[in-house]
Amino acid sequence: MKTNQSKFSLAFALPLAMLVAVGAPLPVIGVGIARSAMAAPQAPPTDGGKKKKKIGAAKEEKAVEFTPENMAQLQKLANDRKLTPDDLMAAAKTFQPSGRHDEYIMFASGGHSGQVFVIGVPSMRLLRSIAVFTPEPWQGYGYGVGNDVLKEGDIPNQELRWGDTHHPALSETKGDYDGEFLFIGDKANARLAVIDLRDFETKQIVKNPITMSDHGAAFVTPNTDYVIEGGQYAVPFGNAYATSDEYQKSYRGMVTYWKFDRAKGRIDMSKSFALELPPYWQDLFDAGKLASDGLIFGNSFNSELATGGIELNKPPFEAGTTQRDMDYLHIIDTKKAEAAFNAGKFEKVNGFPVIKIETLIAEGILFFAPEPKSPHGVDVTPNGQYVVIAGKLDPHVTVYSTEKIKKAIAEKKFSSKDSYGIPILDFDAVMEAQVELGLGPLHTQFDDKGYAYTSLFLDSAVSRWTLGGEYSSLHPEQPWKLVSKTPVQYNIGHLCAAEGDTVSPDGKYLIAMNKWAIDRFFPTGPLLAQNFQLLDIEQGGTAMPVIYDSPIGVGEPHYCQMIKADKLHPWTIYPEIGWDPQTQAIDPKAPKPGQEKVVRDGKNVEVYMTAVRSHYFPENVEVNEGDNVTWHITSMERTMDATHGFCIGGYNINLSLEPGEAATFHFVANKAGVYPYYCTEFCSALHLEMVGYFRVKPAVH
Amino acid sequence: MSPFLSRVFGPRVSPEFVRADRMRYSLPPLMLSLARIALVVSVFLPYWHMTLEAPQYPEGLELTAYVNQLVGDVREIDGLNHYIGMRKLNDAASLERAMGVWMVIAMLFLVEGAALVHSRWALLLVLPALLFPLGFLVDLQYWLYSHGHNLDPTAPLSSSVKPFVPPALGIGNIGQFRTIASAGTGWYLACASSLLTASALFFHRRAYKPLYDRMLAEKASI
Repeated sequence: MKTNQSKFSLAFALPLAMLVAVGAPLPVIGVGIARSAMAAPQAPPTDGGKKKKKIGAAKEEKAVEFTPENMAQLQKLANDRKLTPDDLMAAAKTFQPSGRHDEYIMFASGGHSGQVFVIGVPSMRLLRSIAVFTPEPWQGYGYGVGNDVLKEGDIPNQELRWGDTHHPALSETKGDYDGEFLFIGDKANARLAVIDLRDFETKQIVKNPITMSDHGAAFVTPNTDYVIEGGQYAVPFGNAYATSDEYQKSYRGMVTYWKFDRAKGRIDMSKSFALELPPYWQDLFDAGKLASDGLIFGNSFNSELATGGIELNKPPFEAGTTQRDMDYLHIIDTKKAEAAFNAGKFEKVNGFPVIKIETLIAEGILFFAPEPKSPHGVDVTPNGQYVVIAGKLDPHVTVYSTEKIKKAIAEKKFSSKDSYGIPILDFDAVMEAQVELGLGPLHTQFDDKGYAYTSLFLDSAVSRWTLGGEYSSLHPEQPWKLVSKTPVQYNIGHLCAAEGDTVSPDGKYLIAMNKWAIDRFFPTGPLLAQNFQLLDIEQGGTAMPVIYDSPIGVGEPHYCQMIKADKLHPWTIYPEIGWDPQTQAIDPKAPKPGQEKVVRDGKNVEVYMTAVRSHYFPENVEVNEGDNVTWHITSMERTMDATHGFCIGGYNINLSLEPGEAATFHFVANKAGVYPYYCTEFCSALHLEMVGYFRVKPAVH
Repeated sequence: MSPFLSRVFGPRVSPEFVRADRMRYSLPPLMLSLARIALVVSVFLPYWHMTLEAPQYPEGLELTAYVNQLVGDVREIDGLNHYIGMRKLNDAASLERAMGVWMVIAMLFLVEGAALVHSRWALLLVLPALLFPLGFLVDLQYWLYSHGHNLDPTAPLSSSVKPFVPPALGIGNIGQFRTIASAGTGWYLACASSLLTASALFFHRRAYKPLYDRMLAEKASI
């Protein structure tokens, strides 16, 4: 029999070849295709979330048309609710339809709440708080988990469980926010915290080893090499004691350069150092950028070296610190300070390197320039060419040219020295302009149209004024002139324009952070909310309306930064099951399903537990009174927002277990009895059933 | 060759004979080759999708079935299903998924074999490949039925959910979920392969039937 050999081989060989080539790894390839097609939740991408369709994206763009009925309804609404056309415009500018996300995200300090608030702009909706220096049970911070971070900030013989957060600083790359980290200082205890913006959680607290009070914290250098912490109320360094008579000799101000290790997401204490400063009260700081990169600027008050004493009929601080007409703008050369530190030209205080004043003078690290007394903000313009000092007690802002400062330093144009021998630059040689704005100028930020905005505390107003130099071409007005003022309600402290302290401000929105609200909201007893007011600064000139009032009834914010939302890339779930947010890596001890157990080693008991809707595994845990308990829990969830809580009544334990999170906490089972543990987040329809019993068997006495 | 085998394999022809009428004799094997390629490619593509919509899942939950696996939000759907006592999705059709790729390979061989069989028996060889897309859906519907009807009576919501069958194609409702099921590109490709195979077989039979009948007649005359 003859077969058609040639046809056979062709027809058969082709599929066979395909099979041989691809047949064996078929399941693997199948998985690969499936994964890429599905963005399978088993292996989420680095942003931690699957994006099948974008939530919050505007629906298809279509011109909006109002029918005559719409207009009639709107007219009636406006009449009924007594809304002006401006009110309706303001509402239209700020209202976010359900599901639509805000364009900007603002990080505001929480003052003595010890927290940071995350607020959407323009809606001004509070999105969440971030517990930093203060335990906060909803986030499960300081009630089993987060305790180690809080402990880092303790001092000998004293737990510190609150902070006075003042100035949040977003990490920067080339002077622009990069959305990776947030730093914030604690004025009360001179501490600094690092928040990771992948999960919006506090990762580190560092206590300043030399002093007890700061204010200019935090400010970052343009690439976040250093986080600057400027001191405030001078004390003798290193917890030493000295009377007020010894103020000039023994009390010291300071600025600390905290080295930031971006890869580790932590301050590197071993590469950080401080500068000893005269006991003037340093206030705000700002890092130079572009034209002034390499310098940092800080201002000060109490160059009088007042020590108060109202109880002894001496001038109180408020009078004593305001006698002289001028205080000192501090100008510090970071490169030279770094060189002195690397050359070992420092002394150690409490084990922490401090570059002494004489070294600062000898190495040309520190210079002063006179500034109108008791100023507040010190703000570098986006191009780095000017530093703006807000007068506070002086109706002007004083603008210094960084080029002139450099020139004056190079040419040694000093008018005198202070009592510590620090050279003071000649005011006229470094000053560029003074702009009269009104009463109580506090803080300045910038927009993209060549305008600066300065808060006026006493006038209760936001002022807009023009920058000069290369900014002159951006606006139609004369340079260095007040353009307009918008009244705000009331007593504005800091203000914040969209990315308004970066190298490329966005303009558009400005927040007035008003200290008093008085009559703006329903009075909630004698303690009232602060009032954040949103101003529309999109148009130049005199138009700068207030378009929203937002009560902040959770703290007393001081300062905020506003970042374009698309620069933030937060995880929506932790990248993998068993994730330890503290190390930002898989916890090798994280319990896995099927391996839940209770392990006893003498008096040490380790519990390995998993949590998933709607049960814990195991549901009964028994120990003996006096046992040291280490409890591990892993959330098995992979779904966005499927957060569980875990509390043990009677033991002060409460965790927040976000999807994939692994947590470990320790306690001593020192109270016999039966303690239900349950899920504190309403996780599912069977949330109430997500419970177990922790039994502590009484010890036999 | 025994009379039985020659009846099964049909008449043999020489290459010269085929060359004399290429259209008639070469077209069917060519179509069968195309059908096989389509079937191979289909294995890499999804055969079936199901989207589950519910208020609290604004992005929906997705399931995608391949010949050899089930992917998508399997874990989350399993998590939800445990409330009604449904078995895990990956407990379904585990044999089929394990065998799927090998079954396809076997079908490829059978289809190739059919090109060599010049009798009506060729139909028997292509039958599995011919019916494969239909079989996939029937099997899927069976497992949907099986999972929907074997609910754990001790499950939390066992009393409020009656046994149910989500449709293998189209829209169904269970609890707050709307299920939308549709065939995937792989399945459509498998269907195309089936159609090609059926057409090929028609031409194959038309080409060889006269030869086959003549062969029988010759045998009878001997």
